[in-house]
Amino acid sequence: MINQIQRIGERSINFVTRLGVAGLMLVNALFSQPNWKFLRLVGLQVYNLGVLSLPIILVAGLFIGMVLGLQGYNVLVSYGAEQSLGTMVALSLLRELGPVVTALLFAGRAGSALTAEVGLMKATEQISSMEMMAVDPFKRIIAPRFWAGVLSMPVLAFMFSMIAIWGGSFVGVDWKGIDSGGFWSVMQASVDIHQDIFYGFIKSTVFAFVIVWVALYNGYYAKPSSAGISEATTRTVVNASLMVLALDFILTILMYG
Amino acid sequence: MGQLVQIRDMSFAREQRILFDNLNLDIAQGKITAILGPSGIGKTTLLKLIGGQLTPSSGDILFSGESVCRAKRAQLYQMRRKMGLLFQSGALFPELTVFENVAFPLREHTQLTEPVLQTLVRMKLESVGLRGAEQLMATELSGGMGRRVALARATALDPELMMYDEPFAGQDPISMGVLLKLIRDLNQSLGLTSIVVSHDVTEVLEIADYVYVLADKTIIAQGTADGIKSNQDPRLVQFINGLPNGPVPFHYPASDFLKDLAAQ
Ligand SMILES: Nc1ncnc2c1ncn2[C@@H]1O[C@H](COP(=O)(O)OP(=O)(O)OP(=O)(O)O)[C@@H](O)[C@H]1O
Ligand SMILES: [Mg+2]
Repeated sequence: MINQIQRIGERSINFVTRLGVAGLMLVNALFSQPNWKFLRLVGLQVYNLGVLSLPIILVAGLFIGMVLGLQGYNVLVSYGAEQSLGTMVALSLLRELGPVVTALLFAGRAGSALTAEVGLMKATEQISSMEMMAVDPFKRIIAPRFWAGVLSMPVLAFMFSMIAIWGGSFVGVDWKGIDSGGFWSVMQASVDIHQDIFYGFIKSTVFAFVIVWVALYNGYYAKPSSAGISEATTRTVVNASLMVLALDFILTILMYG
Repeated sequence: MGQLVQIRDMSFAREQRILFDNLNLDIAQGKITAILGPSGIGKTTLLKLIGGQLTPSSGDILFSGESVCRAKRAQLYQMRRKMGLLFQSGALFPELTVFENVAFPLREHTQLTEPVLQTLVRMKLESVGLRGAEQLMATELSGGMGRRVALARATALDPELMMYDEPFAGQDPISMGVLLKLIRDLNQSLGLTSIVVSHDVTEVLEIADYVYVLADKTIIAQGTADGIKSNQDPRLVQFINGLPNGPVPFHYPASDFLKDLAAQ
C-alpha cells in the first residue's frame, strides 16, 4: 500500500519534472531572434517535414474523400437529400477529418522521423559537439524543426481537405450523377469561413504544436542507444496520436459544443 | 603566467559511482598539460566538466577566472567560443562533407566571405593532411581520418583552450608524429593552452609541459614530464610501463570473479 503510494508519488514527480524539462526546451527554442540564416534552416525543414509529407497526405485525402462521398451518398439518397452531399463532405472534412487525419499521418510520417533524427544526433554526440562549438542546439536544431512543423501542418491539412472534397465530388457527381451545380453551390452556401475553415485551421495548428513538441522532446531526451531511439520513436507516434484525439474532443467542445 | 582553468575541490559522481572526490587541478595558460590515467577513470568526463556539459556535485571550475558551473546559459556559450574540444568519438556531422564539417563553426560564428572561408578551411584540412578529402562525406572516412577532421574542426575558430580527447587513437606512426607536431605548433604559434588526454604515454610526455596522473578519484602524481618519468611511485611505474599487475586495478570495480564462479 505504502509502496504503491510511493510509486504513484514518484511517477507524478517524474511526470512534472519531464513537463518542466519539455517546457524549458520549448521556451529556449522559441525565444530566439530570427535572422535570415535561421529562416533558411526553417525553409529546409519545411521541405523535410512538409513537402516530403505531401504525397501521403494527398493520397490519403483522395481515398478518404471518395469513401466519404460514397457512404454519404448511400445514406442521403434514401432520404432524397443527395444534393446535400457536398455540404456533408465539406463540413466533415474541414471541421474534423482534415485536421485530425492529417495530424495522425503527420505524427507517423514526420513526427517519427524527427524523433529518430534528433535522437541519433544526441546518441552520436553531434549535439554535444555542437554545444562545445558554442552553437546552441535548441536554437540550431530544435527551433527550426519546431517552426517548420507548426507552419506546414495547417497547410497540409487544408490541402488534404481540398483533395478529399474533390474525391467526394468525383464519386458523387461523376459517378453517382448528382447535379454538379447543386453539389458545389449548396456546399458554398453552407461552408462558413469563420466556423469551418478558420476553426479547422486553429485545430491543425494546435495539433502541429503538440506533435512537434512531443517528437522533439522524445528525440532530445531519448536514451542514447538503438533500443532507446526505437522506443522514443514509438512513444512519439503513440503519445502524439492520442493527444491529438483527446485535444480534438476538447477543441470541438469549445468551438461547437 | 596565470592559470586558464582552475578546478577547486570538485566532486562528481555518475549514478552511484564517485568519479572525482575533491579534485584540485590547474591548467597553466599557454602550456600543454597532459592528463593521464587508466581507462574509465573519468578523463573524458573531466573535459566535459570543464566545457560545462556536466555539472559537478560540489566545488567549482573556473575558466579565465569565471565559474563555468554557475554561468548562465548565454554566458556559458560565450565561454565555449573560447574552447575547442576534440571528441573521443570525433562526433562529425555525418550528412555533411568533410569541408562543410570544418566550415560549420566558421559559418555559425563569423561573417567571412566564401573565398576567405574556403582558404581557411583548406588550411585547417592541409594541416591534418586531408585537404584532398574535402569532398568526401564524413561517413566515408576511416576512423583515424575522421578524428583528424574533427581536430581540424575543433581548431577552426582558434580557441584559447584546446582540449584533445585521445587525439592519437587510431593513428599510424606517421600521422601520430604529424599530430604531435601540430599540437605543439598550435600551442606555440597561436599561444593556445592545450589539454591532452591520451594513453600514448611516451608520445604525450614528449610534448607536455606539465602532467597530471589521475587514479582513485584524485591526482596521484603531477609534475613536469621528466619529473613524472623519474617518479618511483609504484602506481606510476606500473602505469607508465604498462604492467598488468600492480596497485592500479585494470578491472572495473567488481566482486571477486572466482568467488562469483564458485557461488553459481
Ligand atoms: N553517460 C554516462 N552515464 C553513466 N556513466 C557514465 C557515462 N559516461 C561515462 N560513464 C562512466 O564514467 C566513468 C568515466 O568515464 P570516462 O568516459 O570519463 O572515462 P575515460 O577516463 O575517458 O576512459 P577512456 O580512457 O577509456 O576514454 C566510466 O566508469 C563510465 O562507466
Ligand atoms: Mg575517454
